[in-house]
Amino acid sequence: MALDPSFVGRCYPMAGTYQVGRAKIREFADAIGDDDALYLAPDVAQACGYSDVLAPPTFAITLAQRAQKELISDPGLGLDHRRMVHGSQSFTHHRPIKAGDELAATLYVDGVRAMGGNDMLTLRCEITDQAGAPVTTARTMLVIRGSDAEEHR
Amino acid sequence: MSRRCCTDVAEGEELPGLEVRVTRADLVRYAGASGDFNPIHWSDRAAREVGLPDIVAHGMLTMALANRLVTTWAGDPGAVVECAARFTRPVVVPDDADGTLIEFAGKVAERRDDGTVVVAITARCATQTVLGRATATVALDCSPHSHPLRHGDISG
Repeated sequence: MALDPSFVGRCYPMAGTYQVGRAKIREFADAIGDDDALYLAPDVAQACGYSDVLAPPTFAITLAQRAQKELISDPGLGLDHRRMVHGSQSFTHHRPIKAGDELAATLYVDGVRAMGGNDMLTLRCEITDQAGAPVTTARTMLVIRGSDAEEHR
Repeated sequence: MSRRCCTDVAEGEELPGLEVRVTRADLVRYAGASGDFNPIHWSDRAAREVGLPDIVAHGMLTMALANRLVTTWAGDPGAVVECAARFTRPVVVPDDADGTLIEFAGKVAERRDDGTVVVAITARCATQTVLGRATATVALDCSPHSHPLRHGDISG
């Protein structure tokens, strides 16, 4: 196995906080081709009982991937970026992410294992608000393909 | 716009489908919006170097599009309390004006007593599925005022 299994259990708090802005949500919604008024129009969001526009359900990946950077660039882990593919992803939203949120994120290494010539790295990003209340749990499985693996999966 | 009412949903119900054509320009836009600048999503050379036939779409873009199907149906993106997907096959995006067509379909796989439903989503490129076990859990509107006469069959 190319990855160092002793990384399991480590955690990486993201430096600083992430301020969720209306313009960033609009940019993300545009990129996924979604013109839902709840992403774009604060007055519509407020009429639906939200304090501001909502972020799409997969928006939290922007934060989760930011939180992953320190780990995956750590030379000690032994990860070859060029062979890395995204295996699976899930989000549990304890509440929707909205414009105006100031979020913190901590990345946890939940698992490192070898399977079928590939390495699997299981990560969990816990996103919380300013009060420390849970907002989103993002789980990522990265596959680092073995150099002789022929098939991309 | 309002959140779909839980009494209006039945197990096995199919959601309106969604077809999205993804081009290289869409990948560049998504890279910028998401901050995911992995070169296999914009550089032919980088894609070929790791054995891919061509540039591939971000798995997270496909997942985001899959969830568009659900949020549109639910009437409120805030209703999606959980979503998950496996990226089982790459979505290859050629360098032309047409790009690649991805077809999404959804079905209510489970209706739970707490008012949530689990939607099972499929995503296909040509004849191949590109997502595995893609699901979204949606918290529907179960407030008594939404359908007072039919509220009795839902607890909570």
